[in-house]
Amino acid sequence: MSAQLSISHLAKSFEPGTPNEKIALNDFSLDAEKGDFITILGSNGAGKSTLFNAILGKFPPDRGRIVLDGEDITYQREHRRAIDIGCLYQNPLRGTAPSMTIEENLAMAYTRKASKSFFAVNRRDSAHFRELLATLGLGLENRMKIKMGLLSGGQRQAAALLMATIARPKLLLLDEHTAALDPATSVKVLETTKRIVAENGLTALMITHDMGMALGFGNRTIMMDSGRLVMDLRGQERIDMSPRGLVDLFSDRSGHELSDRTLLALR
Amino acid sequence: MLISALGQGTLYAPMALGVFIAFRILNTPDLTIDGSFVFGMTVCALVTIAGHPVLAMFAGILAGMLAGLVTGLLQTKLRINPILSGILTMTGLYTVNYMVLGGQSNLYLQRAASGDGGASAPAASRTIYRMLKLGENGELSALILSVLIMALCVALLAVFFKTRPGIAIRATGDNEEMVRSSSINADLTRTIGIMLANGLVGLSGAMLCQAQRYADLGNGSGMLVVGLASVIIGQALFGRRGVTTGLVSAVVGSEIYRVILQAAYQIDMPSYTVKLLSALIVTAALVLPLAKEKSLAWRARRTGEREGSR
Repeated sequence: MSAQLSISHLAKSFEPGTPNEKIALNDFSLDAEKGDFITILGSNGAGKSTLFNAILGKFPPDRGRIVLDGEDITYQREHRRAIDIGCLYQNPLRGTAPSMTIEENLAMAYTRKASKSFFAVNRRDSAHFRELLATLGLGLENRMKIKMGLLSGGQRQAAALLMATIARPKLLLLDEHTAALDPATSVKVLETTKRIVAENGLTALMITHDMGMALGFGNRTIMMDSGRLVMDLRGQERIDMSPRGLVDLFSDRSGHELSDRTLLALR
Repeated sequence: MLISALGQGTLYAPMALGVFIAFRILNTPDLTIDGSFVFGMTVCALVTIAGHPVLAMFAGILAGMLAGLVTGLLQTKLRINPILSGILTMTGLYTVNYMVLGGQSNLYLQRAASGDGGASAPAASRTIYRMLKLGENGELSALILSVLIMALCVALLAVFFKTRPGIAIRATGDNEEMVRSSSINADLTRTIGIMLANGLVGLSGAMLCQAQRYADLGNGSGMLVVGLASVIIGQALFGRRGVTTGLVSAVVGSEIYRVILQAAYQIDMPSYTVKLLSALIVTAALVLPLAKEKSLAWRARRTGEREGSR
């Protein structure tokens, strides 16, 4: 069985040839099977977000290949590959258009899949959107005509999650998508994420700084350091792992201590 | 008097719509407008003189769209700052417009009728306003025709902004990244939006050209401020709501702006004060929200201090 996402020898450095040269991705390879839900750990500057940006096509990599479901997308244009990739960022504002209604936002996201109807908002799609919004349990299904900008951060992130997954993407990228939310909302959005990924059998990558979350979600955990893959945990080994053990393993593999928030998040 | 003011307001209404699309929907300060207005005007003049008054309107729209296309490409493909892109196009258009008018700064809509023996009196070209005469009052019938054109514009735009390409353009001004991640080419939607805005501005230039029966390179300067004034006045009345309301408010703003100007003329203000007046109206309208906020904060502080000293 060939991988759903296959990244091979990916490399990217910023400002090469200058004293500020920063190697963000260093010969990074990763294969994800269909239905894999991989959590990604690593300190700030480890290259996690750069990896996502390379997959999303925000810049061309220096070397390497990215193959999604058998299609080489390494140099495909950003909006072309977006048909098959959904992405959610830490900042809820990035995923939604504030001065458009909830319904119109969903219709925009649904452009990837929708039949080419004349009006963006039509009755059949609206009924579908209403059902989807109802699954969030936030009462948004009764407020479809209000502007997205009037919602709270958590509500917007939940809506953005729907938008990112509405066309059943081949790959879902989650970049600390609950880090900016309050604990209660965060739990709710995470539960919804889990449900949507499971129901649709999505292949997903999730960046997190929370060791517990990294082990509690998905079926595989990887760790990045200095643009390299330093750890790949799955199966029984992952089930037996504790957050503390994960930190020790990291120091062992990367040759230095884990820093910043990752340690703070260790409870 | 009122009819004349409303007539002027209606001629400039499509321009206000264009400014609304650029500034409010696309959230982009587009300075092409001063140039595309005159471009629509000069191209319209040529086609009108050639004897095709209706075609001339569409030519004006196309000319404006072409100007918008240049600005759009400068912004998206060459990644030039939006304000500078507009200025570049506008500046370049000055030469183009001069050339369209055959190396002169104005052109009357007439053709030198070559009689049997030498030149005779020039014959005025047909315009849409001459073709459609409803009753005695020429000014009124011109107003009615302009209102019809304007209403058509508003109706078409209101529908367009509910279609798939329409909401994609709206979303581009709102959150470009989200448009890209919805698998839509945001460069394309942005360029189309700017073209649409400038096409309307070109139409406005064409309408003014036929209404005043001449094209003049000087007509474009300060158009942007006029358009902004209209949009802001409309917004003050209707508030910032949906797109359709926004379109209507831009049109109403354009009418009110002309009525204000007319009133200024009534108290014998010389016509050259128009630009300063426009600039003041826009400045005042822009400062209003800040002034409101400051005064509220000041009052809250006063109250707080008084209670604190008790």
